Amino acid sequence: MTLNTRWIPERKQHFILNFLSKIFTDLPTPPNINYYWNLGSLLGFCLIIQLITGILLAMHYCPEITNSFDSITHIERNISSGHILRNLHTNSASLFFLCVYLHISRNIYHNTWKNQVTWTIGITIYITMIITGFVGYVLPWGQMSFWAATVITNLFSAIPYIGNSIVLWIWGSFSVSNPTLNRFYSLHYLFPFILTSLTIIHIIALHSENHSNPTGSQSEIDKLPFHQYFTTKDLQTTILLSIIIFFIITHTPHTFSDPENFIKANPLITPTHIQPEWYFLFAYSILRSIPNKLGGILALISSITILYLILLLKQEHIKSSNHRPNLKLTTWSLSITFILLTWIGSVPAESPYTILSLIITAWYFTSFIILIPLHSNTEKRIINKNIINNYQ
Amino acid sequence: MLRSKVKSIRNLTKYPRWYGLGVLAVGVGGVGACLLSGAFTLSASDILMKAPPLPWSHSGYYTAFDHASVRRGYQVYKQVCAACHSLQYIHYRNLVDVSHTEEEAKQEAAEILVAGDLDEEGNPTQRPGKLYDKLPAPYANDNVARSANNGALPPDLSYIVLARKRNEDYIFHLLTGYADPPAGDSVDDEMAYNLYFPGNKLAMPQQLFTNSVEYDDGTEATVSQMAKDVTVFLRWAAEPAHDDRKRIGFKGMIIMPLLWLVAFYMMKHKWSVMKSRKLAFLPAVRKKYTFAGYARKGPPIS
Ligand code: HEC
Repeated sequence: MTLNTRWIPERKQHFILNFLSKIFTDLPTPPNINYYWNLGSLLGFCLIIQLITGILLAMHYCPEITNSFDSITHIERNISSGHILRNLHTNSASLFFLCVYLHISRNIYHNTWKNQVTWTIGITIYITMIITGFVGYVLPWGQMSFWAATVITNLFSAIPYIGNSIVLWIWGSFSVSNPTLNRFYSLHYLFPFILTSLTIIHIIALHSENHSNPTGSQSEIDKLPFHQYFTTKDLQTTILLSIIIFFIITHTPHTFSDPENFIKANPLITPTHIQPEWYFLFAYSILRSIPNKLGGILALISSITILYLILLLKQEHIKSSNHRPNLKLTTWSLSITFILLTWIGSVPAESPYTILSLIITAWYFTSFIILIPLHSNTEKRIINKNIINNYQ
Repeated sequence: MLRSKVKSIRNLTKYPRWYGLGVLAVGVGGVGACLLSGAFTLSASDILMKAPPLPWSHSGYYTAFDHASVRRGYQVYKQVCAACHSLQYIHYRNLVDVSHTEEEAKQEAAEILVAGDLDEEGNPTQRPGKLYDKLPAPYANDNVARSANNGALPPDLSYIVLARKRNEDYIFHLLTGYADPPAGDSVDDEMAYNLYFPGNKLAMPQQLFTNSVEYDDGTEATVSQMAKDVTVFLRWAAEPAHDDRKRIGFKGMIIMPLLWLVAFYMMKHKWSVMKSRKLAFLPAVRKKYTFAGYARKGPPIS
C-alpha cells in the first residue's frame, strides 16, 4: 500500500471537499472569538442528537391516541436503554433551546446581525424549532400534551372570520384527537429535516462573509484556520455539553417535565395549571399578559418576529456591547426580562402577576422598538464628547 | 502621549459613575419589587399542606432503592391497594431480581388466573399466570371501578409518584395525612378529609392502619412504615429503570470528565503558540490603524 500524498491539493480542487474545507477546515477565523461563539457548533450537536434519538424513538412509537402513551411507556420500560433514549430526546430538546437563546443573545449583545441572510434564516430556524418542539410535546399524549395542544391550537380561533375554520383545519376533526396526533407526528418527523436544510444554508451564508468577533471590528488582519484551533475548541465544549446532558438524563431526568404528563390524556379532566415547557414560558406569559385574545396572539407572534426587524437598524461602526454602554445595559435588561417572563409564565395568572407580566412585556417591546434603535444616537454623543476630551 | 491617554477603546465610551449606580439601583429595585409582590400574595382558599421533604434512602444521586422496602411495599400494595388500584404497566417479570427471586415471582404469578388461549371448541379458557403477565386489575373497566367507589375512579398507580407534585413526599403524606375536618367543615360519608390532598376531600378513605398487613420479614407494620414501603414500591413502579440509570450515570460521570480533560488538554496544546504570541503596536508602520485615524475616519476598510 502506498500513501496517497496528493490529499492536500485535492481538498482544494475537488469541489465538494473544497466546499467543506471552506466551512470546516481552512475557514479563516478570528482568533479572539470567545466561548460565546461555540454555541453554533453546540447547536449543531444538539440537532444531531435530536435526529438520531428521534429516528430511533420513531421505530417504537405509535401515533394513535389509545396507544401512544403506552408506546412511550413501552419504550421507557421494555426497550433496552429505551429510557436513556427517551430522556435524551426530551432533555436535550431543553438544552437545544437553552443554546438557541444564548446564541440569539450573543448576536444581540455583540450586534452581529450584519449578514442579513444568516440572521433571517437564523430566526426562521428558531421559529421552526418552536413548531417542532410544540408538536413534539404533543406526541406522548399525556395530560399536558393534550391540553397544551388544545390551548395553543385554540388560539387561532381568535383570528377574525376564518379563525374557527383554521382551527378545524389544524385539528382535522372537531377537537384535538387522533387526526391531530397523526399530523403532528408527521410534521414532527418532517420539520427536523427542514431544520437541517435551513441550518446548512445558515452555515453557508455565515461563512460567505467575514466572521464576527467580540471586538466588533474588522478582522482581516488576523485570522486562524478553523481546523486544529477551533475544531479542538468545539470538540472540548461539545464534550462539556454532553456531560451536562448526560448528567441531567442520568441524575435528574424529570426536572424539565411536568408531573401531569405522566397521566394519560383525558379530554374530560382539565389540569389545574396548563403550562408549556420552560422554553416557551416567556412567549406564553407575553400571550397571557394581554387581556384581549387576539391582542395576545399578535403580541406572541410579534415578540418573536420582532427579531427579524432588528435588521432594519443602522449598521454601527462600533458594534459590540463591550464598547456600547447603552446597548450593553439594554441587552442585560433584556436577559433579565426574559428570565422574569419565563418565571411569570410558570405561575398562575392571578392578581399581582397579571399586571407584572403586562409591565414586563411592555418593557420587552420597548427595549426592541425604542431603546435599541435609540442607542446608536445616544452613544454617538457620549463617544463624541469623550473624543473631544481625549484628543483636543 | 496619545497611547498613555487612550488605554482602550473603552475610554471612548466612559460614563459618569452615578449613571451606572443609578441604573443598578433601579434594576435591583424593580426586580426586588417583582419578587416581593409575588412572595407576599396569600391565597386563603383551603387548608392545603405542602408535603414536607423526607430523607428517602434512594433520593441521593448515587443511591439505589431499598429493595427490602420495595418487597414490603409490594406486599402492602397486593394486600391493601390492589383491591381498588391497578398497576397496569408492571408485569411479574419486573419483580424478578428487584424484590423477588425468579422462583418467588413465578409463584406470585401462579396465584392469579388469566385468560388463556381458546380451546379446541373455541371456548375461552383460564390459566395460572406466568412471569410475562401483568399484575391483575381489580376492576374490569373504569365504569365498574367508579360504581364501586361512589363515583370516584381510583387512578392507576404505575406512574402515580411521578405524576404528582412533590412525588414520594406527597404520596407518603397523603397516606398518613387523614384527619377530622376542622370545625365548621364537614365531609360526606363516602368522602374522607385529608390534609395533603388538593381540595382536602377525597374519595379514598384511610387505608393503612396499624398491622393492616403482616410483613414476611417481621418488620413491625406501623402506619408510617407501611406508607413508606408502599411509596418506595410505587416509586420503583414509576421507574423500574431507576437503579440502572443511576449506575450508568455513576460510570459516565467518571469517564466523561476524563474525556473532557483530554480534549481540553488537546485544545490548550494546539493553542499554546497562538496564546503566547505577542502583538506589537507600531503606529509609524500602519497609520491608518491607529485610534486617532479610526476616530477620525471610521474603520479603515469598509
Ligand atoms: C377502597 C378502595 C381503595 C383502596 C383500597 C385504595 N385506594 Fe387509593 N384511591 C381510591 C379512590 C376512589 C381514589 C380517588 C380519590 C379521589 O379522586 O377523590 C384513590 C386515589 C388514590 C391516590 C391519588 C390521590 C391524588 O392525588 O389524586 C393515591 C396516590 C392512592 N389512591 C394511593 C393508594 C394506596 C397507596 C393504596 C394502598 C395503601 C390505596 N390507594 C388504596 C380508592 C382506594
